Amino acid sequence: MTSIAPLAKTAFLDPEINLALATLIGFGFGFFLERAGFGSAKKLTDQWFGKDWAVFRVMFTGIVVAMLGILTLDQLGIMPFGSLYLNSTFLLPQTIGGLMMGGGFVIGGYCPGTSFVGLASGKLDAAFYIFGLLIGAFVFAELWDLIEPYLQIGSMGKITLFQYFGVSQWLIAFVVVLIAIGGTMFANWFERRKG
Amino acid sequence: MSDTNNTPKPYWPNLAAGVGLGLVLLASYYVAGRGLGGSGATARVTAGMMHLVAPEHTEGIGYLSKYFHDGVLNWSNWLVFQIIGVFLGGFFAALTANRFIPQVEKGDEISKKERFGYAVLGGGIMGLGARIAKGCTSGQGLSGGATLALGSWVFLIGLFIGGFVTAIFFRRLWR
Repeated sequence: MTSIAPLAKTAFLDPEINLALATLIGFGFGFFLERAGFGSAKKLTDQWFGKDWAVFRVMFTGIVVAMLGILTLDQLGIMPFGSLYLNSTFLLPQTIGGLMMGGGFVIGGYCPGTSFVGLASGKLDAAFYIFGLLIGAFVFAELWDLIEPYLQIGSMGKITLFQYFGVSQWLIAFVVVLIAIGGTMFANWFERRKG
Repeated sequence: MSDTNNTPKPYWPNLAAGVGLGLVLLASYYVAGRGLGGSGATARVTAGMMHLVAPEHTEGIGYLSKYFHDGVLNWSNWLVFQIIGVFLGGFFAALTANRFIPQVEKGDEISKKERFGYAVLGGGIMGLGARIAKGCTSGQGLSGGATLALGSWVFLIGLFIGGFVTAIFFRRLWR
């Protein structure tokens, strides 16, 4: 059976329509972020003080749903996993960047995607946060020559967890589901304990 | 707004919002073969603003040169169109749930000015961090997480450690 997805890569889709659909997909993304309560910096930062684990639960629910869909469509031959964009692995930059994203999240109140939902909900502080995002990108661009060599440290190319551990993708998927369920049970217990 | 008398509706349960988010992410892969991004468009906007002030300098920066073709910034980018959608979708959702309320959200112990300062600082740290990690909570966390990219799971672990540890020192901001 020939694969039919991703539509933009199997020539089912004009580049212009792909861009139009990007806005539609973004619309859905923004809609569900807002419905989750993520247009509110207070709701978001409650995660980091252990008061409300919505960020963890929503994020991991989303990861699990998309992951199971992607692996199933690959298994059925409809959408080959190898045709999807995969983030390259750079261990040091992703560790440092990840720590900075967590730290900045607490201080700024949003993450980049949710700040646009915050702004769309009328939050003036989100506008200042987005201004900060631009400054951060500016600093990065100006320092590019200086930091570029360090961004290659721990480079491992496009590699998945199941390739790295040499196991079935379904075993890793099972572990991710366990992390999501276990983490949610822990979160529920933690909230009750505090509550 | 005509329905300002109406009180905001409750948020959706985490599971329902998470399933919706996951299906949108899956649709993104199905249609475009790529995941969602929150910060990619901001780098392009930054490049555009820098280009207005110092065109030659900006095009000369290795990281930004790929955005320009013959001295013109290429705006027809997937993430740019996607983030416009995020704003519109968030606006529509906020309006229909009576949650569009102009305000400054902050903890009780800090002033509005302090909140704005910390928002710029946190945004700055994340703007820089997202470029270093080649993606943000959306591009690395959600999208890389769902495609089981090794480095994206390293990023996710860093994100949660960074958040919980930083929270110990910044309790005053959100109390």
